[in-house]
Amino acid sequence: MNNNMNNNEVALNIDGLQIKANKGITILQAALENNIYIPNLCYSPYLKPGGACRLCMVEIDDGRLVTSCETPVEQGMNVVTENSKINNVRKLVAELLIANHEVDCLTCAKNDHCKLQEIAAYLGIEKEKLGNLRRVLFEIPKDTSNPFFDRDLGKCILCGICVRICRDILGVSAIDFGFRGYETRITTFSDKPILESSCVSCGECVVGCPVGALVPKNTLQPSREVKTICPYCGVGCGIYLGVRGNTIVNVRGDSDNPVNKGNLCVKGRFGYNFINHPKRLTTPLIKRNGKFIEVTWDEALDYIARNISKYVGDSFAAIASAKCSNEENYVFQKFTRAVMGTNNIDHCARLCHVSTVAGLGKTLGSGAMTNTIAEIADSACIFAIGTNTTSTHPITALGIIKAVQNGGKLIVANPREIDLCRHADIWLQHCPGTDVVLLMGMMRQIVDRELFDSSFVNDRCENFNLFKKSLREFDLDSVEKITGVNKDKIIEAAKTFASSKTASILYSMGITQHSHGTDNVIAVSNLALLTGNIGKPSAGVNPLRGQNNVQGSCDMGCLPDVYPGYQSVEDYKILEKFQRAWDCKLNKSSGLTLPQIIESAHDGKIRAMYIVGENLILSEPNSSHVIESLEKLEFAVVQDIFLTETALLADVVLPACTFAERDGTFTNTERRVQLFQRAIKPLGSSKPDWWITCEISKRLGAKGFDFHNTKEILEEIASLTPIYGGIFYDRLEKGGLQWPCSDAEDNGTSILHMNQFATENGKGKFLPLSYKPSAELPDNEYPFILTTGRSLYQYHTGTMTRMVEGLNKLYGHDFVEINPKDASDLDINHDEFVRVISRRGEVKAKAKLTDALPKGVIFMTFHFAETPTNILTNSAMDPISNTPELKFCAVKIEKDTE
Amino acid sequence: MNFSEMIQQAKEEYNSLYQNEELVILIGSATCGNSAGASIVSSTIQEELEKHNINYKIVEVGCIGLCYAEPIVTIIKPGSPAIFYGNITPDMAVELVDSYIINNDPLLDYALGTFEDGGIDKIPHIFDIPVLKPQVRMILRNCGFIDPKNILHYIANEGYSGFVNALGMKPQQVIQTIKKSGLRGRGGAGFPTWQKWQFCLDSAEKTKYIICNADEGDPGAFMNRSLLESDPHSALEGLLIAAYATGAKAGYIYCRAEYPLALERLKHAIMQMREFRLLGDNILDSGFSFDIEIKEGAGAFVCGEETALIASIEGRRGMPRTRPPFPSTSGLFGKPTVINNVETLASVSLIMQKSPHEFAEYGTRQSKGTKTFSLVGKVKKTGLIEVPLGTTLREVIYDIGGGIQNDGDFKAVQIGGPSGGCLPESFIDTPIDYDSLNLAGAIMGSGGLVVMDQNTCMVDVARYFLEFTQKESCGKCVPCRLGTKQMLDILVDITEGKGKPNDINLLVELAEAIKLASLCGLGQTAPNPVLTTIRFFKDEYGAHIQERMCPSLLCRELISYIVLPDKCQSCMLCLKSCPVDAIIGGKKQIHVIDQTKCIKCGTCFEVCSEKFAAVEKVSKTKGKNEKLDDEKIDK
Repeated sequence: MNNNMNNNEVALNIDGLQIKANKGITILQAALENNIYIPNLCYSPYLKPGGACRLCMVEIDDGRLVTSCETPVEQGMNVVTENSKINNVRKLVAELLIANHEVDCLTCAKNDHCKLQEIAAYLGIEKEKLGNLRRVLFEIPKDTSNPFFDRDLGKCILCGICVRICRDILGVSAIDFGFRGYETRITTFSDKPILESSCVSCGECVVGCPVGALVPKNTLQPSREVKTICPYCGVGCGIYLGVRGNTIVNVRGDSDNPVNKGNLCVKGRFGYNFINHPKRLTTPLIKRNGKFIEVTWDEALDYIARNISKYVGDSFAAIASAKCSNEENYVFQKFTRAVMGTNNIDHCARLCHVSTVAGLGKTLGSGAMTNTIAEIADSACIFAIGTNTTSTHPITALGIIKAVQNGGKLIVANPREIDLCRHADIWLQHCPGTDVVLLMGMMRQIVDRELFDSSFVNDRCENFNLFKKSLREFDLDSVEKITGVNKDKIIEAAKTFASSKTASILYSMGITQHSHGTDNVIAVSNLALLTGNIGKPSAGVNPLRGQNNVQGSCDMGCLPDVYPGYQSVEDYKILEKFQRAWDCKLNKSSGLTLPQIIESAHDGKIRAMYIVGENLILSEPNSSHVIESLEKLEFAVVQDIFLTETALLADVVLPACTFAERDGTFTNTERRVQLFQRAIKPLGSSKPDWWITCEISKRLGAKGFDFHNTKEILEEIASLTPIYGGIFYDRLEKGGLQWPCSDAEDNGTSILHMNQFATENGKGKFLPLSYKPSAELPDNEYPFILTTGRSLYQYHTGTMTRMVEGLNKLYGHDFVEINPKDASDLDINHDEFVRVISRRGEVKAKAKLTDALPKGVIFMTFHFAETPTNILTNSAMDPISNTPELKFCAVKIEKDTE
Repeated sequence: MNFSEMIQQAKEEYNSLYQNEELVILIGSATCGNSAGASIVSSTIQEELEKHNINYKIVEVGCIGLCYAEPIVTIIKPGSPAIFYGNITPDMAVELVDSYIINNDPLLDYALGTFEDGGIDKIPHIFDIPVLKPQVRMILRNCGFIDPKNILHYIANEGYSGFVNALGMKPQQVIQTIKKSGLRGRGGAGFPTWQKWQFCLDSAEKTKYIICNADEGDPGAFMNRSLLESDPHSALEGLLIAAYATGAKAGYIYCRAEYPLALERLKHAIMQMREFRLLGDNILDSGFSFDIEIKEGAGAFVCGEETALIASIEGRRGMPRTRPPFPSTSGLFGKPTVINNVETLASVSLIMQKSPHEFAEYGTRQSKGTKTFSLVGKVKKTGLIEVPLGTTLREVIYDIGGGIQNDGDFKAVQIGGPSGGCLPESFIDTPIDYDSLNLAGAIMGSGGLVVMDQNTCMVDVARYFLEFTQKESCGKCVPCRLGTKQMLDILVDITEGKGKPNDINLLVELAEAIKLASLCGLGQTAPNPVLTTIRFFKDEYGAHIQERMCPSLLCRELISYIVLPDKCQSCMLCLKSCPVDAIIGGKKQIHVIDQTKCIKCGTCFEVCSEKFAAVEKVSKTKGKNEKLDDEKIDK
């Protein structure tokens, strides 16, 4: 029996049964793996053992009763899981719990999946026996403050699973044990309602609760479940949509999905009410005499075809959507290029990670995350710069928390004291816009102290000497002066990063949304190359992408200079390939970028625009200018799920389906292409985006748009896009695939640049950098720096999240976050309305006084139409990527006296 | 200053107390003395002396252990032996100044003893008085005789010589020495101290910690508090020795915030240690470095449990975790940690100052040395005592404690606090050592001895301790949190006459399961008071349950007060003092208590008892009054 055991295994005996188990696991785990049930309540496979419920006690060789959830297996151990002594203990524990528990099981939300019920049934609890025990109920009012779930502590059995989840998995610790003795309960700080605590409403505790103490507000059980992908951020969590009739009633995490392993954030788990929302667009609308009139699809499509045909060529521009699938984006760019004859196609990636595509394209040869999300947890060092990960990529942040708990070092660079700072070993609070200086300053220390990976630099990189020369400018004194970060901290960060076995850099908009965003990206890349942190696990350069399919819409060529798979439109051979494949003549020159499109519309050069799923008025900088541009258009089509601020300006509005009503693939931030599936039939007469595009194309007489389903589209993508060459529906049904995936035999690539870089000569390229100040520095008139960002509870321009009542309860309007000292200088109190004014306009919002911001810097989000922050922001942009400087503009603040 | 220079300076200073040109007055100013009025006595004496322009020196010393005699004042008049006076009131203090200090009449009626053999006729040496004579004062040797705020007093009495001796040895030799002494942990469990240290010394980890557990939480126990207030350095020296022996560079003292004076003394002592270079880097140029931090606990009983204590120091909620791993392998911040009780550390100082043999001379084969106890309850002379292990309960209660108050009957003694057991008279000759007590169903615990007389209801005692452990349960594990609550509810029912026939069995069943299944020592021992009282006083439980009667006439719901008509003098005394007007009667009219109104406060009983004893406390069948309506009481 033991012959085929390996070194990592032990053999033990459970109830006379010889079993093998991996070293280091507990008796309980070994038993459960071998289908031997041991009763338990406080055990969770995802958590460290609690040892609280005492139900899992077993007898071991020395006759002692031990908790099997805490006791590791040992070679030759004999375990008895049941005898009269054990049974007495278990029954007593169960009886005590039941004697203290409400037994209105039939009306309890947890009925039928309550672990206490399961235990009672297993142990055979007798009513007569219970009769002897004194029955006491812990009377405590329900906490219904959270919009998504209720806490009924009267039903709590104090297993502590919620506390451990909140502390060990989330790193939030909103709840803990409080009080003593029988009064012990799970409580928040100061025993306030959960809504007033630091709870992030992710609902992980609700999922983990074995009884009815934590239950979602919506307790309807689905009649069926559909496996799909979350529509919010770029992490791409696997979810199951619970459907009842044609309504989504709940969402649960897919524990088999390698990205989230079942975890979800507040938006993913609870933000689904927009799908069946009564305000959804369900009928095509045509604007006549300034009013939208409901029309049939034929009327609308014919109308569009008739009008749009007038603008074939460069007077047309298309704005694609990072919320649409790969297939839809592919079809849309094909329509733009093959039917409308222009490369004027762009999308919101311009506002976020085109700097990444440009910067990393130059240095590494590929502008995407080099590593995967799952590897983050094993990093010895994480450098999170310009990313408020817990708010913007909550599930990725779980990896950071885990890494820290595993003993990894965390360095955070951020002008704001974001949540991650609490977990950080080093927090570098640099002045906004000084990332290049900070990073180059660190690299100067690494080079001066010879802490860099010289063999990696010599063998796999080029251009080191030129780069090294450019470090001269970044001596500690200058760096300290410009960034405002103490020298010692810079040295410590440099040493920590360079001396860690594996170090991964995570970054987001804080790096890219600058007038020197591409330089920032290059600086990050230089740091990773210098320390040899590319091409190995748990390291790399990891841009965290914002929208669920922003990676995919870039991959699909919704950019003015590339066809799908980043194949240049100006490369003759490529052009030939696509002309042949699409059977048409293609425009040889690159199109306009999003800011250029808006500018051209303003100038009257672009006269017609087709906008899919984007709310430009809220998302672009300098909104007033955007509105003017859109108003000047002769013909505008907007296709969306709600009548957005931008849709109101269109001539035709088309109702699209949400992700729940159609099929397709999304590519997440780690290049993982995943299948999402239709769960309900389209609301009203809404249609999938690809169908709409194909119908218009066909009406314009185009060939190659006769797709019957998205599977056929993906096949065409694979045939023309080398990095997607092996990605097909039947393969994706078994799980996602990470590109590059060249053919049907290729299982995809989890770590890029393992042996060589994707650059032409295979070398990683160092690039010299110098400091470039932000475009609009504060002055006497506009003395504050406005930096923008996102809230955990809202998403992008709020098109989806603003329709979810609960999310609005959690974060329903914007604040101007300001340092209390600045506020007192301006005589501004907490919660008081202030006017924020820039050279481009002004907005009004309530002030939120917080030490999270340094003096001289204020913070706002861009989610709210009522507070259109982008009226203020500067459209100055990075010369290479054309990404606007959303993270930095000069403003002044005035107390609102009205 | 090197150590021998320190000793010289210390001796000069200390000896001057007893061989002084000037009047020296020692005032017992530990918490016990202060609460008995020591500070008022002190200021009265000072005022009085100043009025007469007499030069004097007042030294606030700690507790000598005679709680019943506080406040205690010791007067050392130049040329006369020191005389200890007990139960001194401000008036007596004035009298003492006038009669003894000014006029040379030592008022021997107030004197407890002298500090010199044959110093004064008819006045015994203080150590020869009945309370102290059977005691062996080793750990408490300095208490009440030195100024706890003056490190020199400690040094003058061999203080820190134990640590200096240790520095002359290798750590392993120090551990050997402790091993030879046979010292077992004084916190209660009695684990061999040397073994804990050895585990820690043997660990390959670089960072190690040592913690002094001063979280004394048992109701009725105050040994550690008194020791820290009276002789803080004895524990601190032990901490230094333990650190040296185990290789710890940092130490913590975990002391509850409810011990403000002990904390003050500790803080002051640590400051003085620094001053004398007994703490910090390169202590006494030995190359050994060590520092101590005080952590104040919030008074949770469970924080005396070592893993909960560690959690509390780490800034988390004080909740125990399963052992293993034991703190000696993975303790504070995950590092090897030794946790020793205050008295253990004080014993360590003693052993290193004297010798392991001297220590081991006392005690039994398995339980060496002396042990301090707080002797409280219904004994005549309560106090902090120290006896060799192996001394019998009888010797402690009768010889030291002077027997039961009011010459009543001994009923039981609770040993080891809420985790311990209640032993009846048949166990009175049990020697107090770890193993004998375990055999008897009690535990040594930290050293609380609560003596009970015939007026104590044993069910009520069990209820009292259960109420304590239930309230102090951390709430983590089900058996302890809900099991003790269940037992408590049953006990409350029994004391209220609502017990059910099967309750005794149910209590035993619950108790056994709770002991077996609880996570930490608190739950594992919480049922002990119930189990021992059921074992030894089952009849009392039976009377409460079956007869709805409290034989000790204590459980309020089961007793009544009645007026005996033949004794009642119709004096209206009880009638007027009744807070709820439950007594009917008038002048020349025999009083009757209206049982429906009576709240059983006992006021009538108290006011009448001295004069006529016409009010009687009865419990159902035991009552003499035939008129007593059974049903009424059942309600």
